Amino acid sequence: MSLKTRRDFLKSGVNTAVALAMGGAAGFVVGKSGKGDLVWQLDPNICIQCENCATNCVLPESAVKCVHSYSMCGYCDLCSGYLEPGAKSRDTGAENQLCPTGAIKRTFIEDPYFEYEIDEKLCIGCGKCIKGCGAFGNGSLYLQVKHDRCVNCNECSIARSCPSNAFRRVPAETPYILRGEEADRYSAQI
Amino acid sequence: MTRHLRFILIAFAVLSTAAAPEPIQRFPKPDFESGYERPIMQTPASRALTLEYLDVVVLIAALSLASYFVLKKRSRRYLFVLMLFSLIYFGFWRKGCVCSVGSVQNVVLAMFSNSYAIPLTVVAFFLLPLVFTLFFGRTFCAAVCPLGAAQDIFILKPKSLPGWLNETLSLIPYLYLGLSVLFAATGAGFLICRYDPFVGFFRFGASFDMILFGAFLLLLGTVVARPYCRFLCPYGVLLNWMSQLSRKHLSITPAECINCRLCEASCPFDAIKMPTAKSNEKKEQNTRRLALLLVLTPLVMALSGWAGSLLHVPLSRGHFTVALAEEIRLEDTGQRTERTDETDVFRATGKSTALLYEEARQIQRQFRTGGWLLGGFLGLIFCLKMIKLAIPSEQSLYEANRGTCLSCGRCLSYCPVGKEGVDVERIPQG
Ligand code: SF4
Ligand code: SF4
Ligand code: SF4
Ligand code: SF4
Repeated sequence: MSLKTRRDFLKSGVNTAVALAMGGAAGFVVGKSGKGDLVWQLDPNICIQCENCATNCVLPESAVKCVHSYSMCGYCDLCSGYLEPGAKSRDTGAENQLCPTGAIKRTFIEDPYFEYEIDEKLCIGCGKCIKGCGAFGNGSLYLQVKHDRCVNCNECSIARSCPSNAFRRVPAETPYILRGEEADRYSAQI
Repeated sequence: MTRHLRFILIAFAVLSTAAAPEPIQRFPKPDFESGYERPIMQTPASRALTLEYLDVVVLIAALSLASYFVLKKRSRRYLFVLMLFSLIYFGFWRKGCVCSVGSVQNVVLAMFSNSYAIPLTVVAFFLLPLVFTLFFGRTFCAAVCPLGAAQDIFILKPKSLPGWLNETLSLIPYLYLGLSVLFAATGAGFLICRYDPFVGFFRFGASFDMILFGAFLLLLGTVVARPYCRFLCPYGVLLNWMSQLSRKHLSITPAECINCRLCEASCPFDAIKMPTAKSNEKKEQNTRRLALLLVLTPLVMALSGWAGSLLHVPLSRGHFTVALAEEIRLEDTGQRTERTDETDVFRATGKSTALLYEEARQIQRQFRTGGWLLGGFLGLIFCLKMIKLAIPSEQSLYEANRGTCLSCGRCLSYCPVGKEGVDVERIPQG
């Protein structure tokens, strides 16, 4: 055999060996794999509303938004998620609102109840309202990664900066971590 | 008024501490008399699994086409169109986040973590380009990788780099790969994603630093073609290995090279091997140098491994738990009085500091082992490079360097062999 063909022979041998080795490695990895995809979600019971969610998402408009568990809400008139702690009056005046973007809509339902609705387009996910609601209210407001917005980064850049380590990968079929009846309804749905 | 005052006082007290308040039902659920129905919370689903599988189908199709265009069609133009498609699909449409380059980390994490079930689609994105490269060369880099495509369209006036610089810079990807594997294996995070310079463009948003870095690379790329691919890309290391063993690989000439030198300057990546002058060096001298290198290799590996292990403390700070433990220690020893959000949360959980330290120590031990391996690996790579330089190459023709050739197809049209109206006999040779 000439040098050249000998080298070629060797090379194709190594080629086959590598192909086989890769097959083996693939088998090993596939053995540890799951069929479905994984997506990022934050656990509202760990989150401390540090405001990183508003600014650290790779998207210009954060994929994290405030959600509202209506089933838990007390429909309070004096809503600690809606009103600034020192608010002079309980109305929709911007100076009385906790939300910096005025994303919470307050609607009178019946005496003495008010409904609060998050306008997702305005919410920046800063968590101010959530802090207020969690401290004095029922904790019906909390943050979630909205999966029609999230691009599912391989490494979520909020997760990396989250001081409470609240982010984790969850199965894509159940991409939310909810509270209250919403949580029950959600798990029943699936 | 007093009620209000109390509200304000408690509010300030609570709002200034950082601990996750467990939801407490402080107010009863109202019974509505007006027939009001509670709205339902919207929980939009994440991307459908079928679409994820579609990505894999598109990947296979693109890889097959790219290989076909390189090896059978031998057409740069077709490749360019496919490259644009990949840039749009995997880049702008998929926002750069179904990515073979980053998938290395997912695979490593899956190997080392018991809790991470790597999605099958990610395994496919990791393996398929490697398999295709093992058969056909780096056709993935030619027209499928969106990162490569983004840089490729900015190649304007490529300059050739001096050989020594090329060789030196091309060691960086090994370091980058090694560090990324170490970080992924220890669960410290995904460096490749964190420092992906182009993904910010695909999403029209990223941190200012990364946009700056990306813009710098693209600008540099006008003269130093595809700088990320050649001097950073960690996946490129694996592709390089596979490509060296590839069954078929792009050949510049369709038949026999006639040494006309026409293709000599056609590769913007300095990936064409040129005929070497017969070296006059004594064979003996060479053998002696080679023997010396072979003896030195384990020594160098041990030394660099040791150096790597020394770095385990600073490196391990990249891990959340270790960083937290350090902060807690600083606070507990009174070296810092300001508390951070992280330490506040930790203290609120009531977990014992001793437990945290133990966890951190364990991670540091992993980093030390990893540091040894990383250092040894880099030492080996360095020695192999030296050995390769010491072995006199007998290149007699113009040929693509299988490892570094990105199969972009630019050189193909320079070769006169087999072209209509070209009389090979009349081209001056040598
Ligand atoms: S970064 Fe973490 S702690 Fe901060 S708001 Fe987001 S989930 Fe909550
Ligand atoms: S306070 Fe922040 S989190 Fe709450 S609704 Fe307003 S923007 Fe969204
Ligand atoms: S995964 Fe990406 S897009 Fe989704 S929340 Fe995190 S940073 Fe934002
Ligand atoms: S070298 Fe890396 S970044 Fe460049 S085209 Fe290949 S895989 Fe993509």
